[in-house]
Amino acid sequence: MSALPKLAVWKFASCDGCQLSLLDLEDHLLALAGKVTIAYFLEASSTVLPGPYDVSLVEGSITTPEDAHRIKQVRRQSRLVATIGACATAGGIQALRNFTDVRDYIPVVYAHPEYIKTLDKSTPISDHIPVDFQLPGCPINKNQLLEFIKALLQGRTPRLADESVCLACKIKGNICVMVAEGVPCLGPVTHAGCGALCPTYHRGCYGCYGPKEAANTASLSARCRHLGLSDQDIVRLFRTFNAYAEPFRQESLAHE
Amino acid sequence: MSNLHMGDEVVLTAADLATLYDILMQQGFQAVGPTIQDGGLVLDVLGGPADLPQGWTSEAEAGSFRLAPRTDAAFFGYNLGMESWKKFFYPPRLALLQVQSRDDGGLHFQACSQEALPLALIGVRACELAALAVQDRIFLEGPYQDPVYAERRRAHFIIAVNCTEADAACFCASLGTGPGVTAGFDLALTEIINDREHLFLVTVGSSQGAAVMANLPHRPAWEELRQQARDLVRQAARSQSRALSTADLPRLLYDNYSHPQWDDVGARCLNCGNCALVCPTCFCHRLEDAIDLEGREAERWRLWDVCHTLQFSYIHGGCIRVSPKSRYRQWLTHKLAAWIDQFGTLGCVGCGRCLVWCPVAIDLTAEIPAIRGQQVKM
Ligand code: SF4
Ligand code: SF4
Ligand code: SF4
Repeated sequence: MSALPKLAVWKFASCDGCQLSLLDLEDHLLALAGKVTIAYFLEASSTVLPGPYDVSLVEGSITTPEDAHRIKQVRRQSRLVATIGACATAGGIQALRNFTDVRDYIPVVYAHPEYIKTLDKSTPISDHIPVDFQLPGCPINKNQLLEFIKALLQGRTPRLADESVCLACKIKGNICVMVAEGVPCLGPVTHAGCGALCPTYHRGCYGCYGPKEAANTASLSARCRHLGLSDQDIVRLFRTFNAYAEPFRQESLAHE
Repeated sequence: MSNLHMGDEVVLTAADLATLYDILMQQGFQAVGPTIQDGGLVLDVLGGPADLPQGWTSEAEAGSFRLAPRTDAAFFGYNLGMESWKKFFYPPRLALLQVQSRDDGGLHFQACSQEALPLALIGVRACELAALAVQDRIFLEGPYQDPVYAERRRAHFIIAVNCTEADAACFCASLGTGPGVTAGFDLALTEIINDREHLFLVTVGSSQGAAVMANLPHRPAWEELRQQARDLVRQAARSQSRALSTADLPRLLYDNYSHPQWDDVGARCLNCGNCALVCPTCFCHRLEDAIDLEGREAERWRLWDVCHTLQFSYIHGGCIRVSPKSRYRQWLTHKLAAWIDQFGTLGCVGCGRCLVWCPVAIDLTAEIPAIRGQQVKM
């Protein structure tokens, strides 16, 4: 039996930004390497240790038949599966195609459409296998990732609140952009985790962390109408990195 | 200079404000008050009266806040910003404790220093004095005192300001908490701008205030000016269109737990928590522990928290308040009903912040009449 828990990092349809957050842990990375065996992490090392793995971090959504098969193998080899990022958790920006017919796009993008074998939809990992934990964000916050790994190693619950971005804004003392500047902001329906990055710079929240628990998107949309947004604007507001997350998906469809 | 006493009224010119500031600095206070930063009205350290939002006014309505230029050079010609003074006494984020594991296997606990400079609060409105009094009850009275709050509240100087204009969101007059200040200050100013003069009528509210005023070149107040100040404050009260009738509280809320209005507001409420975060009397917080990877060092932090999150009502086995409406109902019922049973006072001082900073403009002064209008007795 290996003394250290074995960690694997898997990539599906994604931009690699969330895996980078792991590498971006910099000074913590060495300490982490002393606490876990990094058994499978192709972005960092070509050394691959065989499974089973204690923890699998999964980045990316499922967009091809091969990946739909591969994720099942990941599950079979893993004691715990955690998705990292908007792609793995909600389908990602590539799930924008779920609102159209992907076959219309393939010939426009690829010189040889006949080589492309893709699924109709980009779907979150949890549509395919049971997932033990989801870390939202586009990309994830590296400190949240560290907190998650620390909690696993220390045998405690990770401290990752599912409240709105507004709490972080108010604790920071940000003046609300929606109230004071009339800027549409997804913060009140978006899962905390980024530390209210965009409102700190006078931008409305883009919803990178996806819907918070009980996200009341309909009420926020009604207020956005009041602030002058058209239905089309509202569709755009909800259709970004977490477009296929259920509350955001429903809300954009309601304004189509 | 003459001996001043509590209740005395004297007159300063606008230029004397700088001298007043300097005296407070000499006495070791750090001045904090309203100032415009990055386009927003905040409360922060003031480098002098020039940092006050002179010549600006506020336009606050449900779900909307704007600053606009005034036609005069008033220093206090706006009402309330998003932030309240509670942030100085009850900070949003505070390190409480550090723990280290020692080589002999034991633990070393170290409380974080809570030392703070004595503050001079400049420009505190009547409703905000009332809010401080409410938080004093919560944090200082009763069997448990909050040592952080007590330490910060120990020494300070309060320059209150009578409101001579009210924002559309204000409803202090209906609760008797404003717009004129009555107690809890060292000095209270009424700003009066006449054709030729820019004056402050100053009411002495404490011996500390009297001692400071004695060092300033003040004039005794004259009756006409007093009358003008009274009229301005009265006018600020009369101009308030919002009101909250408390006659039937807390029973109204206790008896209407199943009122359909809760469904109505529950469908609009985002459970974002902004109303409680900006409320000057809400006092909930959470404790968070941060532990390093080695498990050798830990910190305990205190952060503001609100009853609108799912996590807030989590106890063994699950969350008590799952539906959005139950969380808004908890908030309003605590503020306007349970608070009275708990602390002998209303949890609302009529500042209007909760309705101004609600992203979807939910307004308690409309929700309460809606419940009162068609009561459904259980
Ligand atoms: S209303 Fe909610 S946030 Fe405010 S003090 Fe009561 S329980 Fe806490
Ligand atoms: S409940 Fe609203 S109006 Fe009342 S004190 Fe709190 S923020 Fe102000
Ligand atoms: S009443 Fe408004 S500010 Fe309060 S939680 Fe609901 S939506 Fe947010």
